[in-house]
This record gives sequence, C-alpha cells and structure tokens, in this order.
Amino acid sequence: MSAEDDRNKVLARIEEWRLRPPKMTDEVITMAHGAGGKASQALTDAVFRSAYGGDELDRLDDGAVLDIPDDSSVVFTTDAFVVTPRAFPGGSIGDLAVNGTVNDLAVMGATPTWLSVAVVLEEGLPLAELRTFVADIAAAATAANVTVVAGDTKVVERGAADGCYFTTSGIGLRKNDLSLGAEQVRPGDAVIISGTFGDHGMAIMLARGDLNLDATLNSDTASVHQATAALMAAVPETRWMRDPTRGGVASACNELAVAANVGVSLFEETFPVLPAVSGACELLGLDPLYVANEGKFIAVVPAAKANTAVEALRSVDVSSRATVIGEINDEHAGMVVAHTPFGGSRIVDMLVGAPLPRIC
Amino acid sequence: MKFVSEFRDPEAAKILIAEIAELAADQPARKFMEACGGHTHAIYRHGIESLLPDSIEMVHGPGCPVCVIPMGRIDDAISIASQDGVTMCCFGDLMRVPGGSSTLLEAKAKGADIRVVYSPLDALAIAENEPDRNVVFFAVGFETTAPSTAITAMQAREQGVSNFSIFCNHVTIVPPMKAILDSPGMELDGFLGPGHVSTVIGTAPYQFVSREYGLPLVTTGFEPVDILQGVAMLLRQLDEGRAEVENQYKRVVRDGGNPSALKMLGEAFELRPHFEWRGLGFIAQSALTLKDEFADWDAEKHFELPGVRVADPKACQCGEVLKGAIRPWECKVFGTACTPETPIGTCMVSSEGACAAYFNYGRFRAKKRIPVTSE
Repeated sequence: MSAEDDRNKVLARIEEWRLRPPKMTDEVITMAHGAGGKASQALTDAVFRSAYGGDELDRLDDGAVLDIPDDSSVVFTTDAFVVTPRAFPGGSIGDLAVNGTVNDLAVMGATPTWLSVAVVLEEGLPLAELRTFVADIAAAATAANVTVVAGDTKVVERGAADGCYFTTSGIGLRKNDLSLGAEQVRPGDAVIISGTFGDHGMAIMLARGDLNLDATLNSDTASVHQATAALMAAVPETRWMRDPTRGGVASACNELAVAANVGVSLFEETFPVLPAVSGACELLGLDPLYVANEGKFIAVVPAAKANTAVEALRSVDVSSRATVIGEINDEHAGMVVAHTPFGGSRIVDMLVGAPLPRIC
Repeated sequence: MKFVSEFRDPEAAKILIAEIAELAADQPARKFMEACGGHTHAIYRHGIESLLPDSIEMVHGPGCPVCVIPMGRIDDAISIASQDGVTMCCFGDLMRVPGGSSTLLEAKAKGADIRVVYSPLDALAIAENEPDRNVVFFAVGFETTAPSTAITAMQAREQGVSNFSIFCNHVTIVPPMKAILDSPGMELDGFLGPGHVSTVIGTAPYQFVSREYGLPLVTTGFEPVDILQGVAMLLRQLDEGRAEVENQYKRVVRDGGNPSALKMLGEAFELRPHFEWRGLGFIAQSALTLKDEFADWDAEKHFELPGVRVADPKACQCGEVLKGAIRPWECKVFGTACTPETPIGTCMVSSEGACAAYFNYGRFRAKKRIPVTSE
C-alpha cells in the first residue's frame, strides 16, 4: 500500500464519520441542543422527526409548501402552551398543544390540516420527559388527522423558562361558501354545548396538589373536529361556534353577546357538569361556567334545528353528552343571564382577575 | 343527605317563595339586613332578590372581612411582603384589595414573594419546608377563621417554628352590628344572622338584637332554600309580633356554638381596644390581636410597620353602603369610576362585597311575579 492509499483510506473514514446520522445519547437538554449544530440536528432527528416526521417535515426546508384547493379558504390560528404541571390526569402539554390549535380551526368550520410546532426548552429538562410530550403530540396529531410540517427548537438557560413551552400554529381548510360568524346569530337561536364543562380547569387545579382533594378528574383535552364536522353536515345553517378555553363557557358567551349584540340566556338546570367537578368547585368557591375546557365547544343553531344538532353531536364520541343549555334573545343585548331552577336570575359577567393561572 | 342539591331543590324553593309572598302581602314594606358577606354573594349568585316581593328589601351589611380592612393595613402588609427574605401567605381575595396606592398583586408582580394559601396551616407548612424564608400569614376573617389561626399559632409554638409569624386582622361580628343598629336614621326590621360565624360563637351573642333593639334575627345557611326559609321565618316572627333569635341553620350551627373553638380563641387572642373598619370608622373592642404568650409569632412585634392611616377617597360612599343607608347603584361612582376591575372602595373589592355582588350578578333585574295562591 502506498502512503497515498493510506491517506485516502483515512480521508474516506473521516468522510464516512462526518456523514453518519448524529446519535442522541444525552439525558438532559443542554445549551448545545439549541445552538443549531450537530446537537440540534440530533435532537430534531432523534426526538421530533422520529415521532411525527413526514414527507414535508423531513425535507428540513426553511418553510413548508402547501397546496390549497381552489374551492377552499385558509383558516390560520396560533396558540402557546405553558401549562403547569406539564403532565396531568387525562393528558399533557403535548396533547394540549395539538388539540388547542386543532379545535380553534374546527370551530371556525375548517378541516384542520397542517401544524407547526415550536418549542422553547429549559436547559436541564430531562430528555425522557420531552420524549413523552413529543409522543403525545404525535398521537394527538394522528388522532386529529393533521400533519406537522414545520417546527423550531430553542434552548434557554436554566431558570429562564419553566421546563418547556410549546407554540403551535395551524392551518385548516374550509369551503369558500361557508357562512359562520357572530353576525349570523339571531334571537330565538339555541345555544348548545358539546359535553360536560369545567373538567380541564379543575383537573389541573387538583393535579397541582395544592388541595388535598381525593377525586379522579381527567382533563377533557381532545380534538373536537369530528363533532364540528358532524354538526356542520347535519345542520349547515349553524350560526357560530367557539371553544370555551380560558374563562370558560361564561367568557365565550359574553364574547358572543357583545360581538353579535344579542342577549344570551343560560338555563342552569340543563348544565352538564360532572359531580366531581361541581363538588370541587363548591369547595373552592368557583363557578364551573368560568372554568377552562380543552375538548368542548359551544354552537349556536336555529331553534328548529336544535334537536337535529344535538342528535348529530351525540352520535360522535367526543360530544356524546351534547345538550342545549340556553337561547339567544333581544331583551338584554350584550349581556349573559343565567336562570336558576326556581325562577331567579343573575348576570354571568366576564371574568375579572386570574383565579387559575397557567392552565393551558 | 346531599347538602347541595337538597337545599337547592326548586320545589322546596317554590313553596317558600309562595309563603313569603303571602306573608308579605299582609305586612308593610320590610328591610332585612344580611350581615354576612357570604349571604350577600349567595343572594345575588342565585338571583334570590328577583324572587322576593317588591315590598321586601335586602340590605347588605358589613360582613365581608376582606372589604373592611383599612387601606393603611394593606399598605402595612405590602411593606412586610416587600422586605428581603419574606414570604407572605394570604387568601386569594386579598390580592386585589387596594391599599393607599398599590395592591399585593402588584407587589407580587414587582418581585415580592406572595403566595395564595387556603389555610394558615398551609403557611406554617411552607415555613417548615423553607427554613431560610421568613413566612408571614396575613390573617383576616371574623370568628369563622380565627380558630384556625389560633391552632396555627399554637402549632408554631409547640413545634418551635421560628421563621413564621401572623399579621393579625381578625375582627368580631357583634360590634359592627351594634354600630349599624346605633346609626341615626337606621331602619331595619330584622336580620339574617351570620351563618358560619355562628358555628363558632353560637346564637346567644345575638340576643342583644331582640332584647335591646326589639328586632328578630334568624341565623341562616347559604343555599337558596336556606335563605328563603330565613326570610320566611323573619316574616312569620313579625306577623306574630315576636322578636326572637331563631336558628334556621341547625344542620351546621349549634345554639351553644363550638366550645373548643371558643376556648382556642380565648387562649390565643385578646381584644384590641379599638380597630379601624373601612367605611365604618373606629369601633371599640371589635378586633383580635395575639396574646403576649404568642409575641414571637406576632408579625406586628417583628416588623416596622408604616402604620399610616389612609383616608377613604372622597368619592367613596362605602360607609353608607355598608350601613345599608344607600344601595350599591345609588353610590355616585358605582359602575363608573368604581368597578370590580378598578375598585375604589371595599364594597367593590371582594366578590362578597355588596357592590361587587350587585355589579357581577344583579345588574339585570328580571322580576318574576309569583302568584300568592298556589296553583
């Protein structure tokens, strides 16, 4: 062998080593993972792409090129997630990150299609923990039938963030001729909720362990798209939909009352609330109307279609307890009023203050 | 017994509403005061006032212990919380109470370590778990919550926890009731007696209301059926020419109160000579302070407090609302300068304050007419 051959062999070996896929053996996130170099690439490959990679994401281009059908409009939304604790009964920050954005698109009458996932990681976050959230994102995306087509990862020093924060943006497609919005709402319309409310906020509150309450309460985080699609198919005249996250059903109804300049009447005896939720709320002096939900939506439909709407919703798992909880009127425009089972009434105002911080 | 649903039973409520309408029809207009903030909140939360005949007016009393804390004491708390190494623990509704120029919530945003707890024992636990922090519990409340503060002080002493103290602002219910009854121009026909305070002190302390002022008082619970029954009992007393202390809340309140709680109060606290009540001025012997044996756990003995008396803003008419002299919406700044987001005075600050309760729940009056004869 000549000296020339030996040198070529070594160069070939170096070339091979340079091109081999990076390995991920770290146990915790370090600043290197955010630097944009080999460690970043290893993290992206071994954690994110291995969980929810696909054709578009795997191109690793600076942006995803998406094909929009001619008869559709683009609906675009974004949400950030800072929930604590990051894992709780019924789900994790990963589930919220997908379902939160998917549901915003669903209640706009769109079919959620593409998602971007950006994450800010705190130095020192265990890889094992991150992997569970990423697995949850992958599972939720599959369940919601959406594809992750873009992402970003940043790392900040220990103490500059709390574990991890996710931001997801989503694109959904909806037919051009769809008319959904507050301006469609009329006095006489029925107000429907897709299931029990107050579950998520109370589950988080109990999971924080501040209170020694023994109760099994799961977050309701889920994609509601199957339900919104079923509703729109059965009742194309649906006026308006919204997902009642922070601020609960009360805030969503107040937003509607103001946006549509109508009165919203709610009937307390129809409210679907789990006994564990109402029990916990009683103990803490909270009103389930103001507690966050992550797998529910409110819909307003013409009165004549209320039964059809409820039937259509009940045929879907995620909205099996859908029920009419109120109606639109023109007696107290801009205000939401709740009627008690024995004839009393009270205003349901916008939430003031922050009773439950960092619930989503 | 399902305590919540049974006392919210619409059928029971309907019967009581009809009875109230019948009794009220034969009587002149009546003004009943509910002393307790919890009652004010419940009345509005369940739309009870919209169910009572027009001739019955519920007057909201000063039973909101958060509302009546003077601004100067809030400033004192902020001053303690802002010191290095201090962790202040308090109940959630204290966070937004306005002091002279700031709130605990703002102080927290500026870096003070202020944490919401649900019980003083939680604050003691924090002190035990974080020995390098100087933990101060901001104690407020009537006789309802004072016993748990007493237990906490005793436990702190027993376990020798040295990094824990209590900033005591406990008040007692009888003196402000007397002050209101003595106010010139006061026209009340009866009282819905405090519910939870009575679980501690019993019903005997209210005898002065019937004996010295000739008015009926009914200790009442907090569910809609409780409140309606309490009003019905008051009307019945007036109908029969009686002025007695009755107990509607028998499932929770014993006429003799809770002797062990009372004993604890006696061991840990003594009465201050006088104490300022926001909106009511100085009232003698109306507030509690820790006894000398607990000096080591008395925040007022460890911290230099500004102790400045801050006068209520001129526009504030809380005093008159607290005495029942005017209704919330009759206050000149109600709903304009003074709202739940920008509270000027005490009645708007806590969700149990009369103005806050009215603003949040009662602004809309949908009067339902109940027929006097049953159908």
